[in-house]
Amino acid sequence: MSSLKANSEALRLRAAFEKAGATPVDCAVLQPAETLLDLYGEDIRTRAYVTQDPARGEQMLRPDFTVPVVQMHMADGAEPARYTYSGVVFRRQEENPERDSEYLQTGYEVFDRTDPEAADAEVFAIFAETLGGEGLRAATGDMGILTAAVSSLKTSPQRRAALLRHIWRPRRFRALMDRYSGRSAVPQTRKALLESSDPLDIGVPVIGLRSEVEIADRIEALRADAAEPPISQDQVDMIDEVLKVSETCPYALANLRDIAVDMPEMEQAVDRFARRCDALAARGVNVDTLDFEASYGRTSMEYYDGFVFGFYSEARPDLPPVASGGRYDALTQRLGQGKSIPAVGGVIRPDILLQVREAQS
Amino acid sequence: MTIKLGVPSKGRLMEKTFDWFGERGVTLSRTGSEREYSGAVDGVDGVELVLLSAGEIPRELAAGRIDLGVTGTDLVREKLVQWDQKVEPLAELGFGFADLIIAVPACWVDVDTLDDLDAAAAAFRAKHGFRMRIATKYHRLVRDYLRMGGVADYQLVDSQGATEGTIRNLTAEAVADITSTGETLRANHLKILDEPPVLKSQATLFRSRLSDKSDENREIMQTLCNTLGV
Repeated sequence: MSSLKANSEALRLRAAFEKAGATPVDCAVLQPAETLLDLYGEDIRTRAYVTQDPARGEQMLRPDFTVPVVQMHMADGAEPARYTYSGVVFRRQEENPERDSEYLQTGYEVFDRTDPEAADAEVFAIFAETLGGEGLRAATGDMGILTAAVSSLKTSPQRRAALLRHIWRPRRFRALMDRYSGRSAVPQTRKALLESSDPLDIGVPVIGLRSEVEIADRIEALRADAAEPPISQDQVDMIDEVLKVSETCPYALANLRDIAVDMPEMEQAVDRFARRCDALAARGVNVDTLDFEASYGRTSMEYYDGFVFGFYSEARPDLPPVASGGRYDALTQRLGQGKSIPAVGGVIRPDILLQVREAQS
Repeated sequence: MTIKLGVPSKGRLMEKTFDWFGERGVTLSRTGSEREYSGAVDGVDGVELVLLSAGEIPRELAAGRIDLGVTGTDLVREKLVQWDQKVEPLAELGFGFADLIIAVPACWVDVDTLDDLDAAAAAFRAKHGFRMRIATKYHRLVRDYLRMGGVADYQLVDSQGATEGTIRNLTAEAVADITSTGETLRANHLKILDEPPVLKSQATLFRSRLSDKSDENREIMQTLCNTLGV
């Protein structure tokens, strides 16, 4: 695969996005590592290259454009805004050294607060149109549905917050659900702690930055949690039902409407899904055949918190998606220092697109 | 042609390695002056002794510059990405036992499991505005372990020595380090999490999968392995 070919494909895609109304932008390759580490946690080090700058401290070779584009927009962007970019991103491949560690991404991002569902549909439709005729399968999902389901659980706010914090980590999420629903046993150490009348009195010095008050606060929280009744089986089943939804949009919508009858707090999220389906149809997307999976993007697309989508080659299931994207409102809030703006976007990988074409010819 | 055997160049690890080979009819010895890093192998022909820092042996094995090497499992797994494609363990030598563990202040009576550590990390970040710091030199192993354990909101800070002291010095909230008896941890008012260790390590004889495999070298390797009974 010549990178020249991928380069000219990338430029063609960027031109298509420009034609759709996006302003071309560029970002530095070296990004402050701190921002990305604070967003994604220590794990990002296994997926991105970190390097040292004597004056600026730890720097990261951009693993994607989304974060710098959001920062650029939040700093001095006018609203609404549509951006396109094209350039190389860098990914460490510790687990899969055969995968590319640098590749092109051509992206399209929309910052617009007027009508989020219309913006979702706009982005998806532009990707579908740009990639039309490539024989790809599209998959969609909506992280907002699962988030709403968890937020509507009849349990303490602390438990809901803990579950939401781990919504991206399915195994950990499951373990928490098991514990909160009483399906897994309370560890011996926890029992002993809760039974003790003065657990802090064990005759060791308090060392380190985490103070005795913080320890006491957590014990208090654990006591309160132990008094909390378990999450009912019905509620556990409801979350499982939501996670299992995987069918074409109209059936998924009907299914979620049924679930939301018992979970009225989910209604708004389901309404948003319905409005998005209408907006997609208005843009000429055949919603009746479009797949929707409620758990789509749950493990791989960490910053997306609403609509998510991907375009895949069924002829080459071994390849990563040709395109992927989604809504990331929460990211703009975390990067915006008090400001936030609804945002949705996605990227195409020109190199993967070329490999897919090769497989088809 | 010769094959090269890399052995830790000093201390108890070297002595015990010499003993282990000696008990199996292969005599390793240092030659020259006390300070000179050269050695000899008796009992099998065609084997050359290379004295190296235990920490460098994984890298030399992975590069194929030595054919065999004695070092800790911890070092191999920390330093080599896809270690099992680069080296093959031939024998566990029964010494140099050490567990890589996570320890927190003993006064953290509310933290015993990874689950607790994660919850404490979330609260810590909310209160102090930065991710809870765990001091270690085993970055890859610890990161993998914490990811599997579902721990978030932490950061690893590098500590190449006196790691147990970082908590008292307020440069870390927890540590991940090698321990054999736990004595140093207790002396520093730390306790080990009530979880399986990150890794159970011991001195191990490794074979490089990438070193020169001429017929002659294969034969020498076979003879040596037969003599050692591995």
